[in-house]
Amino acid sequence: MTIRLYDYSLSGSCYKVRLMLGFLGLDYDRVQIDFYPGRQHRSPEFMEINPLGQLPVLEDDGLRLRDAQAILCHLANKHDDSGQWLPRDQARFGPVMMWVMFAGGELMAASAARLHDALGYDLDIEAARAKARAAFRVLDDHLTGREIDGGKWIVGDTPTIADVACFPYVALAGDGGLGHEEYPALRNWMRDFRRLPRFHAMSGIPEFV
Amino acid sequence: MTVTTDPVALNEWVPCAWHGQIAIGAALDTMIFGQDIRVERTGDQDYRVTTFGGDSPRELPVQTRYTCVFTTLGDDPRALPEIPEFDEADRRITGCGRVGVNTSPYRIVENFLDMAHFSFIHTDILGAADQTEVLSYRTEHRKDVDEIWAIDCTFYQPAASKAAAGGQLTKYLYRVMSPFSVMLYKNVATDPSRNDAICVFIQPRRETECLAYMPMAIVDEQSTIADIIDFQQSIFLQDRVILENQRPALLPLDPTYELPTRADASSIAYRRWLKAMNIRFGILEKQAA
Repeated sequence: MTIRLYDYSLSGSCYKVRLMLGFLGLDYDRVQIDFYPGRQHRSPEFMEINPLGQLPVLEDDGLRLRDAQAILCHLANKHDDSGQWLPRDQARFGPVMMWVMFAGGELMAASAARLHDALGYDLDIEAARAKARAAFRVLDDHLTGREIDGGKWIVGDTPTIADVACFPYVALAGDGGLGHEEYPALRNWMRDFRRLPRFHAMSGIPEFV
Repeated sequence: MTVTTDPVALNEWVPCAWHGQIAIGAALDTMIFGQDIRVERTGDQDYRVTTFGGDSPRELPVQTRYTCVFTTLGDDPRALPEIPEFDEADRRITGCGRVGVNTSPYRIVENFLDMAHFSFIHTDILGAADQTEVLSYRTEHRKDVDEIWAIDCTFYQPAASKAAAGGQLTKYLYRVMSPFSVMLYKNVATDPSRNDAICVFIQPRRETECLAYMPMAIVDEQSTIADIIDFQQSIFLQDRVILENQRPALLPLDPTYELPTRADASSIAYRRWLKAMNIRFGILEKQAA
């Protein structure tokens, strides 16, 4: 069995997958894609691998998957015997999927702000930051409620793929000129997340929080 | 801001695009020192740079070197530095695109010169958490070329480059070629007789808004260009976090404003040099007591 990840170190979406592979203790081969400045993810060769021209892509025993959220679901579904990362019970499955979709949807505004500030993407930065702040507000409010109820993860009593999916672009907010000052529950949650066994940071995530 | 009137800053060549960024026949609008400029690529190696907005448009000088397109607003600019490593046939020459950094250009140069942060910001790569000492090194102002050098620098590095197979005591030479450009030579993991050459050329858009270009001439037969770029970008995005958090963003040249240690000798030499050339752009004005 071989797992292969088409990867770019500075991508928060690839980082989600690297985190998950690490938490599950899975070995994998890495294919380095020159996302910037080479735009290799838009090359004809890569478009054959993923016609959407996006990273990450995961190959697992003949199965080829795109979309970080889908890959997290797959890895947890196939490789986590404990069922912790993707709970199947009715109380948790739906909420976990809801926050996983949120990570691939609303939260990606924080990724856009980062691409603008760091890599010079041409987009409406104020709009991106406003949307990112609105998304942070929603998650911070949710985690505040969780704290009041005695919980520290997004859903349930253990970290799930919802936490893995949401962590990168919240933690990388500073790269897009977004501070964490207004989001105390996000800060508490990030602190707990960083203490997980086999956690590793990526460039742009401050080590001194 | 308006366009700077600082003659010292205006008389420097600065990058305004990387070669390959603009398709032939296309153009890119950007800014240097508060001045809007348009960079047009007219041929494979040919570029045309013009100002726009404000005063009547004028055409600026252009040269393409070290993977970058350079221009200047000055009439009598300091020449671009000579970096012979970029002409050696077996070198892997690459840029890393450009990375936006919201701080003054001098903070970027100082961070590049600083070895004390390696163990804390680039842990397990350029420094180890249990070997943090910056050993004594020397700085000199080379008056013949008007450059600042830091020599005899050594630092223990767990993974000094993409090609490194393990930890090594890396020898560094640092060279500040202009207020907006700096480079280092570090000994190659596989061949102690040669040095990798890694540069940072800074495009100051405004006083605290920069774009950093990182041309490199590397001795490494194994790694792919994508790997070499990835290594350098990963390092730089670790630096970017601390760069954007430094206050004040403008550089103070008053020696009483920040307290240096011996490890900051290269920064002290750099600031003295900046002060002697009376540069004003991006400098923190001295505050009244």
